[in-house]
Amino acid sequence: MMTDVGLSEFCRWLAATSLSHTIQEAGWIIPALQTIHILSVALVFSAAILVDLRIWRLLERDMPLPEVAQRFLPAIWPVLLILLITGSLLIIGEPRRSLLNFTFYLKMALLAVAIMLTVGLQRSISSSPNFWDRDRWRRMAGRFAATVSILVWCGILFAGRWIAYTQAG
Amino acid sequence: MLRFWDFISYFEDSALADNIRENDVLFPLIESVHVVSICLVVGSILVVDLRLLGLASVSRPVSRVTSGILPLTWSAFAVAVASGFLLFISNATKYLANGFFVAKILLICVAGLNMAIFHVISARDLPKWENEKTLPRQAQLAGALSILLWVSVVTCGRWIGFTMEVR
Repeated sequence: MMTDVGLSEFCRWLAATSLSHTIQEAGWIIPALQTIHILSVALVFSAAILVDLRIWRLLERDMPLPEVAQRFLPAIWPVLLILLITGSLLIIGEPRRSLLNFTFYLKMALLAVAIMLTVGLQRSISSSPNFWDRDRWRRMAGRFAATVSILVWCGILFAGRWIAYTQAG
Repeated sequence: MLRFWDFISYFEDSALADNIRENDVLFPLIESVHVVSICLVVGSILVVDLRLLGLASVSRPVSRVTSGILPLTWSAFAVAVASGFLLFISNATKYLANGFFVAKILLICVAGLNMAIFHVISARDLPKWENEKTLPRQAQLAGALSILLWVSVVTCGRWIGFTMEVR
C-alpha cells in the first residue's frame, strides 16, 4: 500500500517536470514517439521471429542457422536502445498511463524473458555452431525454445497494445 | 457511389461489426493481431529492401533473399488485411472520414505498385545482376521507396488512433 502511494507520488512529480510538460503540450510528440517505438518494435520482433522460424526450418533453409542468427540477431541490441529511449520519454510524458498499470509490468517481465532467450540463443550458437543440431533432443529443445520465444514476443506486443486499454483513470 | 455506401453499411450494420464495436475485449484483441502482423510485414520487407540497397544480406543473390523472406511477408500481410478489415467494419463511416486512414490505404496501394513495378519491369533481367553487392539504380530506388512507404503507412496508422474516437 505504501509503495502504491509512493509510486503515485512519483508519477505526480514526474508529470510536473518541464520535460513532461513539453511532451504533453505539443500534441504531435506522443504519436511521433509511439510511431518510432512501434517501428523499432517491428525490427526487433521480426529479427527474433525470423530466427525462430529458421529454427523450425520454415524459412531460409539453405542458410545454416548460425549464419541466420548472425544475420538478424545483432540488430536487436541497438534498436532496443531506441526502444528504451522512446519508451522512457513516453513514460515521462504520461507517467500514470504505464507506471500505475499492471499490463506495463507484464510487458517488462515478458521483455526480460525475451532478452534472456535471445542472449542464450546468441551465446549457444557462437560457442558451438551446431549446438542446436547435434542430436534429436537438441533439435527438439531448439524448437521448444523457438516456440517460447515466438509466444513471449507476441505477448510483449499484445501487452503493449493493451496498456492503452488498462490505464488507470 | 450509392453502391459503395450500401456496401459499407452492409458490413458496418452486420452483427459481426456490432460485436467488435461493443465487446470490450474483441477490439483490442483484433488490434493486437493487426499490430503483430504489421510489424512482421514491415520488419521482413525491410530485409529485402536493405538487400536491394546493398546494405544487408549482400552475400546472397536477390532472388534467394526474396524467396526466403517474402512468404512470411505475404502471410503476415494477409493477416494484417483480415484483421484490419474487421477493425474497419466496426466503424467504417468514421474511418472513411479520417484522412490518415485514407492516406494509409493509398500508401499501401502505392507500396504494392512499387513492388509490382520492380517485379515486372526492373527485375526482368534480375539473373544478370542479382549477385552483385551494388544493384542497378532502379532496384535501389525500389528498396528506398519501399522503406519510405512502409514507414509512412505505420505513421498514418498510429495517427489514426489520435485523430478519431473509435469507441
